[in-house]
Amino acid sequence: MKDTDIKRLLYTHLLCIFSIILSICIPSFFLENFSILETHLTWLCICSVFVTAVNLVLYLIVKPNASSKRSSISYKVTRFLKCCIYFLMSCFFFHVIFVLYGAPLIELVLETFLFAVILSTFTTVPCLCLLGPNIKAWLRVFSRNGVTSIWENSLQITTISSFIGTWLGAFPIPLDWERPWQMAIERKKMCRSFCVPGMVLGTVTQ
Amino acid sequence: MIPSNSASVASAALLGELLRRRRQMAMGRRQMAMGRGGPRAALSRACLSVVSVCRRRRRASGRRSSRMQKISVLLFLAWVSFLFYAGIALFTSGFLLTRLELTNHSSCHEPPGPGSLPWGSQGKPGACWMASRFSRLVLVLVDALRFDFAQPQPSHGPGEPPVSLPFLGKLNSLQRILEIQPHHARLYQSKADPPTTTMQRLKALTTGSLPTFIDAGSNFASYAIVEDNLIKQLTNAGRHVVFMGDDTWKDLFPGAFSQAFFFPSFNVRDLHTVDNGILEHLYPTMDGGEWDVLIAHFLGVDHCGHKYGPHHPEMAKKLSQMDQVIQGLVERLENDTLLVVIGDHGMTITGDHGGDSDLEISAALFLYSPKALFPRVPPKEPEIVPQISLVPTLALLLGLPIPFGNIGEVMAELFAEAEDSQPHSSALAQASALHLNAQQVSRFLHTYSAAAQNLQVKELHQLQNLFSKASADYQRLLQSPQGAEAALQTVITELQQFLRGVRAMCIESWARFSLGRMAGGAALLAAACFLCLLVSQWATYPGFHPLLLTPMACGLASTIVCAGLLATTGLKLDPVVLGAMAAVGSLLPFLWKAWAGWGSKRPLAALFPIPGPVLLFLLIRFAAFFSDSFVVAEARATPFLLGSLILLLVAQLHWEGKLLPPKLLTIPRLCFSASAGQPRHSGTHALGLGVGLLLCIRLAGLFHRCPEETPACHSSPWLSPLASMVGGRAKNLWYGACVGALVALLAAVRLWLCRYSNLKSPEPSVLFVRWGLPLMVLGTAAYWALASGADEAPPRLRALVAGASVVLPRAVAGLAASGLMLLLWRPVTVLVKATTGTPRTRTVLTPFSGPPTSQADLDYVVPQIYRHMQEEFRGRLERTKSQGPLTVAAYQLGSVYSAAMVTALTLLAFPLLLLHAERISLVFLLLFLQSFLLLHLLAAGIPITTPGPFTVPWQAVSAWALMATQTFYSLGHQPVFPAIHWHAAFVGFPEGHGSSTWLPALLVGANTFASHLLFAVGCPLLLLWPFLCESQGARKRWQPLGNEAEARVRPEEEEEPRMEMRLRDAPHHFNAALLQLGLKYLFVLGIQILACALAASILRRHLMVWKVFAPKFIFEAMGFIVSSVGLFLGIALVMRVDGAVSSWFRQLILAQQR
Repeated sequence: MKDTDIKRLLYTHLLCIFSIILSICIPSFFLENFSILETHLTWLCICSVFVTAVNLVLYLIVKPNASSKRSSISYKVTRFLKCCIYFLMSCFFFHVIFVLYGAPLIELVLETFLFAVILSTFTTVPCLCLLGPNIKAWLRVFSRNGVTSIWENSLQITTISSFIGTWLGAFPIPLDWERPWQMAIERKKMCRSFCVPGMVLGTVTQ
Repeated sequence: MIPSNSASVASAALLGELLRRRRQMAMGRRQMAMGRGGPRAALSRACLSVVSVCRRRRRASGRRSSRMQKISVLLFLAWVSFLFYAGIALFTSGFLLTRLELTNHSSCHEPPGPGSLPWGSQGKPGACWMASRFSRLVLVLVDALRFDFAQPQPSHGPGEPPVSLPFLGKLNSLQRILEIQPHHARLYQSKADPPTTTMQRLKALTTGSLPTFIDAGSNFASYAIVEDNLIKQLTNAGRHVVFMGDDTWKDLFPGAFSQAFFFPSFNVRDLHTVDNGILEHLYPTMDGGEWDVLIAHFLGVDHCGHKYGPHHPEMAKKLSQMDQVIQGLVERLENDTLLVVIGDHGMTITGDHGGDSDLEISAALFLYSPKALFPRVPPKEPEIVPQISLVPTLALLLGLPIPFGNIGEVMAELFAEAEDSQPHSSALAQASALHLNAQQVSRFLHTYSAAAQNLQVKELHQLQNLFSKASADYQRLLQSPQGAEAALQTVITELQQFLRGVRAMCIESWARFSLGRMAGGAALLAAACFLCLLVSQWATYPGFHPLLLTPMACGLASTIVCAGLLATTGLKLDPVVLGAMAAVGSLLPFLWKAWAGWGSKRPLAALFPIPGPVLLFLLIRFAAFFSDSFVVAEARATPFLLGSLILLLVAQLHWEGKLLPPKLLTIPRLCFSASAGQPRHSGTHALGLGVGLLLCIRLAGLFHRCPEETPACHSSPWLSPLASMVGGRAKNLWYGACVGALVALLAAVRLWLCRYSNLKSPEPSVLFVRWGLPLMVLGTAAYWALASGADEAPPRLRALVAGASVVLPRAVAGLAASGLMLLLWRPVTVLVKATTGTPRTRTVLTPFSGPPTSQADLDYVVPQIYRHMQEEFRGRLERTKSQGPLTVAAYQLGSVYSAAMVTALTLLAFPLLLLHAERISLVFLLLFLQSFLLLHLLAAGIPITTPGPFTVPWQAVSAWALMATQTFYSLGHQPVFPAIHWHAAFVGFPEGHGSSTWLPALLVGANTFASHLLFAVGCPLLLLWPFLCESQGARKRWQPLGNEAEARVRPEEEEEPRMEMRLRDAPHHFNAALLQLGLKYLFVLGIQILACALAASILRRHLMVWKVFAPKFIFEAMGFIVSSVGLFLGIALVMRVDGAVSSWFRQLILAQQR
């Protein structure tokens, strides 16, 4: 049971990373002038969409907590809508946090918001997939001794390392003030590069 | 009325012990009828007369040792601060070296080198090293005349709009002269050497040398120049020098002028006094003819820049006035007179100067002579010359020896004879001037390198070789006058190469460092930091205090020994080295002794108790000082770090389950009750505090001043004083907002005091808070109204306005000082209510019969017995003495320390606020708000360890220090010299200070380090606040305990929250905690200064060292000194309150006994 879980966990993480790599490669076939550094906004959108899609698909296939007792259509629809609302709220929440942390209020609003979206896709979407729109469960997972399964453990580690990666991504900003919001990408890369060892660590330690 | 909820009660603490003592007795009286019902309510006013007797004896013995402890804690803190100061001083003496000032003088009879004096100079009257070309000179020094102020504007076509910038194209006469008489006049862009402060520039402009960085700070008090200089040479040659203008010259050249009109220079708000004074005397003096050299130093442009900035219409007016002055002078010039118009430095776009940005160092230099001077027409783009080139040029043109220490290069162009059509003789004249100059510089180099040995030997050697070669070439040319043109040009080039090489070498090597001292200073700082870390750990162990006094003795002994040694060996006694020796001498024995005491008893890992995340934050902060980008961006990086720390605190609270009630977290499978304690705050509460803090920090970040290194950044327009605003309506709105902020600050403080303390108390300090603070607000508001609209006042009221703007700030400062005195005199703000023994509304006594069977029964019964006894006792007393207070209720004893602290901080904040620009008051409001929120947030995470030891966690101290730095920036400061708010020196002293320098320095220092001071003084609040918050937590706990079953089970809960009286109950732990807190704060500040020192020493050849690292180090060092003094004062204040509370208790007991 545990071994299979670990295997599945590993595969899902590999797929996630693969999806990010794909999001770098694939658009260059369809879009002209696509490059991460210059059209970073487009890439941020695409990456976000890719990761969300992969997460959803994985959730549907793997179903780590297949315990929903009610399976009526209306229940599923409300659940889905709730998830969407949660996602949007988390985007706005992150946006507000970024602004409080010093991002400009009016200029670069699009960049900031897209960055909030991508951070949400890395943190909120897995939470939604795994735990559903249930704030209490989220709060439980992100506290000491609150983890009950290996899935939740990996969720905890990846989410926290995403936040830390984002936070670390802010450090090059003063060094590089000639290209102000290219930093979004730097942050993004940092974020991902910190997620990956986190995931591996998570799988190994279990 | 007295808020009953906060009736924290005197010596409720003592009751608990009494209860235990009486338990035995109560056992015997089991048949006594007892009452039921909330004993807490009944006990809420303690009966001191009963209780105090029991504890009196014990306290009397403990009092003396407690006082000893306090003194030793304060002494120890002072000693640790001294260690840091010694380290800073040692490092500074190695890092900020001054240039050696030679007192040698050039003289007419003594040519600078071998060989004949040039050509044509012998035998002529007035000739010295060279024949004089001009017998008279008019030097017009327009302070801060930036190059582009004087730059000719291209005449725009009819279709183009005219230039809109107020400072462009205002000096029309220069342009006209340059166009009409191209051979008579020339405009240069002169490059001043940093520091671009007026005194340094004046020194450079007269000595031809490079005044160094260390002089930058002494702009307030300028002292006589000891080096050889132009003015001295002029006086020696018997010329009449007439001066008018800036009185800085009076200090620089005392008694050098045959006639002088000095005007006060210090008042930068005054645009016209100096200029009008000069104009009054300028033309009459000129027409009078009793002069050879006339110097006029105009200050209006500089002051206009300081007050309004260059982009203000006032600047246009000022420049037009200067234009008229130049015009008038040109009309009056005679043939033998040279006119020099020069700016001593430029100004930034905000009108400041002092640094080395392009705008600051570029100044205008304009030369005009009624007879033709230049062989060629001026180039399209004005030539760039170093500013000090003017010194040798003027000296030789006037027929004077070049000042001994000059390293400037003559402007060869001026020595080409214009009328002479022969190119050869013109070139020869240039070469001879250059050769004289080179000889002089070479002589100086020779003397200097013999005296100081801080020039680089290799380069010196190369330069000497270059000079001898050029000199030989020149001599050869002189032998054969018909030499080729090309050879002459080579000689000229070689000589120029030599002169430029010397200048470059001097610039580089006059920033030489003494590595030994720097290393020693850094090591001392590091050791002091380590000591702080170590002792902050040990402070909580018992038996530590006797150790505290040893370093004093050791230090004293080592100082005496060291002084004796130095005296016997006959070395010069350097106070810096002596201090460092004393520090080391006291540090080493202490560490050794402490180490021996520590021994192997405890693991070494306990030495480094800083929790991981905070350690990471401190490391980041430490590392950030090593990158110039991060130092420049510190204004933004600090709020980021602070915000991260705050979110980390909230997340940690959540992680440990303190944020949410456990029922939300429990899931069936796991039991949380073991790990998660009772949450003292609801989750939304802590989250709200965090978000509120972030919001405050972000808002405070709106008041930022940009460093000049980031051109894309725009400084907040709100930092300028209201007087500089143009719109009337906006000004009024802002004024309203500022006064609103003041009133809000006052209201917030009063509300807090009302909540935690008592404004009804008849104590003088409380009365002062009630009546003095509003007066201070009123005074501040009135002063701002006058200051912001002073220029608009009708002429009749001018005198009144001027008088009021002197009196009001002084009155506010005086009020604040008297308030602080009152607070020190009577710091106990406790309302004592004597209740005569009137029967209170008694609770129903339910009979309790039979022996108590269980512990629970006993716990319930004992208070009742006590109550009964108390009643009886009181009844008996009442019978014997029918009058006199018998029981005493003391309100607000639980917040007596923090009430004093908050009052002191408010009293400190108001005068500091007055020193800032009006709109900064909003930041002060935010400062109080965010420190309040932070304290609450921290208190949520700190558990109260009831019997002690008390500790303040590292994250609290780090957040506090970070917030101090963040506030430093949001108060509109930057750690660079041009950004200092000089105008603070005029608050209350609009006329300047005369000759005193310490007062303006104090005012400017208070303005600059206001946040350091406030946060350092408020540091003990970190220790006090959790106890203050206890009352809320306790009240919340009370509500669910309504049913009696639970009340029976947990009788301990029924104690009144004792709040800060808990600290008093354990005086040993209290003192230890204060010491620990102080050391932790000093450690956090200490690693900052250590990082600055290390960065400055490691990166001493960095491009940015004088621009970024050195100023940062100086500011950080000053900030550290201010903070350590503030910390000392804060802790001393808490101890004073503690002493006063003790004596208050004593008096109370005495009164009861009577």
